[in-house]
Amino acid sequence: MISNLSSDYVFLLAAILFALGAMGVVIRRNILFMLIAVEIMLNSAGLAFIAAGAKWAQADGQIMFLFILSMAAAEVSVGLALIMQIFHQHKTLDVDELEQLRGDRK
Amino acid sequence: MENLIWLLPALPLFGFLLLAFLGSKFNREAIAFIGIGSVSLATIVSLYLAINFISSPPENGFISQTLWQWMQVNNFKVTITFHYDALSLVFVFVITFVGALIHLYSTEFMAHDEYYSRFFAYLNLFVCSMLILVLADNLVLLYLGWEGVGLCSYLLIGFWYKNIKNGIAAQKAFIITRIGDTSLAIGMFLLFKEFGTLTISEISQQAVSHSSSSITLIALLLFGGAVGKSAQLPLQTWLPDAMAGPSPVSALIHAATMVTAGVYLLARMHTIFELSPAAMHVVAAVGAATLLIAATSALAQKDIKRVLAYSTISQLGYMFLALGVGAWWAAIFHFMIHAFFKALLFLGAGTIIEAQHHEHNMFNMGGLKDKLPTVFKTFVIGSAALAALPLISAGFYSKDAIIWYSLTAQNGSPLLWLVAIIGSFITALYTTRMVVLTFYGTSKTSLSYQPGVRMHIPLIILAFLSVFAGFIELPHNFGHVTLFSGFVGKALPTTLLKIEPSESLFQLIAAIVCLVGILLGWKLYSSNREKVIDLESGGLFKFFFNGWYFDNLYKVLFQQPYFFLARINKNDIVDKSNDVIVGISSWLSNQLATSQTGSMRWYVMGIIAGAIMILTLQLVL
Repeated sequence: MISNLSSDYVFLLAAILFALGAMGVVIRRNILFMLIAVEIMLNSAGLAFIAAGAKWAQADGQIMFLFILSMAAAEVSVGLALIMQIFHQHKTLDVDELEQLRGDRK
Repeated sequence: MENLIWLLPALPLFGFLLLAFLGSKFNREAIAFIGIGSVSLATIVSLYLAINFISSPPENGFISQTLWQWMQVNNFKVTITFHYDALSLVFVFVITFVGALIHLYSTEFMAHDEYYSRFFAYLNLFVCSMLILVLADNLVLLYLGWEGVGLCSYLLIGFWYKNIKNGIAAQKAFIITRIGDTSLAIGMFLLFKEFGTLTISEISQQAVSHSSSSITLIALLLFGGAVGKSAQLPLQTWLPDAMAGPSPVSALIHAATMVTAGVYLLARMHTIFELSPAAMHVVAAVGAATLLIAATSALAQKDIKRVLAYSTISQLGYMFLALGVGAWWAAIFHFMIHAFFKALLFLGAGTIIEAQHHEHNMFNMGGLKDKLPTVFKTFVIGSAALAALPLISAGFYSKDAIIWYSLTAQNGSPLLWLVAIIGSFITALYTTRMVVLTFYGTSKTSLSYQPGVRMHIPLIILAFLSVFAGFIELPHNFGHVTLFSGFVGKALPTTLLKIEPSESLFQLIAAIVCLVGILLGWKLYSSNREKVIDLESGGLFKFFFNGWYFDNLYKVLFQQPYFFLARINKNDIVDKSNDVIVGISSWLSNQLATSQTGSMRWYVMGIIAGAIMILTLQLVL
């Protein structure tokens, strides 16, 4: 069934997902949601790899997706741990309030 | 026999290495033993070589020993070769013999010095370098010795480096002699360009049949080196200041040996100079001018060592005068006699200074005649030789020969003779002044120290030589002994006479002038001390005291313009262009740093904008 689907549509879907994710990163104020948006961007890239692998009948696309998957797992665990620490120290998850992290310029 | 020549420089070198690297592990006796031992062994070797050389002279007049090849570039080859002939023999004998005596003297003189081993290490290194200089077969090896003695001179003038003045004097000596050394180096380059070799014997062979306009230039450049080393006009200013070193150093380096390296160089390269009468005239003129200027400066000094320093410059002037007029052996003879009596005088002065609470000013001395009888007797003998007291002192025979030849020899002239005679008069005057001020009159300073036997022995031996060494060469109108000129003449050209007036008359004039000088000095200075101070407060004496203001002249001509330029460039003009680059980078960095807001949103936007830009560029281009 999927073989009938033109891969162009899948690329389009991936692009839309990527744009949504990027927009989420930019407009969201809550860090947790920003992390989820980054996950969406990652998965859109994975989808594009799969589609590309299917289109040119290459196994590389699926291998790349496995890499992205494992990397995303690691990224989420580190990201969540960081978010917990931020919440511990600053009692907030609002990025705008966390601007103070840049420190004072000399 | 020829296998032993290498021992001459090797023994002091060994002593130096031992003392330099293990000096702190030895006690004072061992240090003194190594210091004296190495030079004494070298003296024994030199005496053995000399006896062998004189009893069975080699056919071609020299012995040479090649140790190894130093370097080779294409067909330019330098070997470590020692060349031992009559000229080297005289220098080697004086260096090792006087050197050993001065080492002996130093063991007592420096007995309480903190840096005992360093002192003897430097002295041994000096003897080694000096022997390399006079034994060198080629100019490159000679230059090695030449620089080696310069280094040791620098190290020993600044030996008591904790006093900054000594360090400045050492630097002055080093820098001023460097001017001469540069001239010598350029002369060597030109010699190589002309002859394609730097081996002295090969140069001599080729030079005879070589006619080139650059010979005069080469001769003058070589003479420039000698001028620096031997403190001749106009580079004489370093020697009086070099008296900052310990007295044995002044005796060995700045009177007996190192400063005569220039005389040796000219005598060794005599073939070059013979080809250029113009250069010979310059040498004679510089020598004559120096002897007069230095003698008058000696007349007004208050520091006993400075009197001796100016007197050394003046006596060196006599040697160059002799070389310039073509009286080669007379210069070498005067060198030998001068080494004996001037070393004696410096050692005596060192003892006096030591015994007077380190007082250098002669006007604060006096009455030492009875307190230091041995020093007094030997010092007077040395002074007699310096003043060329007729008939009995060795100085008379050597200096009289020079005065005689300055009139009669090939390049001699009545003017040079007149300068030499006036110089001899002033020499007699300042020598008498020095003796009278130091030893006669009433005692000014209490005696702090009585010299021991190790100081007396060198004084007595040198005093003996200051009298009897002159008898090996007597003028032909009485005695006519030519042991020295006959011997050294094998290595040097004979002195040609252009006129032969009655020698006795001129000897009589020289003797009378000297005696008048001594008597006048006695009359002037043995009177009331206040009168003497009065006499010397005049403007002329101030002019003499400051050494004809040469130091001030050089200050205006060289030091001040240099400091002026340095002050202009204080902020380093070249560095300014680098500062501009630094400023631009710093400004740009500050501009970009404002974009570091800390706002996550802006960073993400920046990344996205950048990615879009790159992608667009890729698509469009």
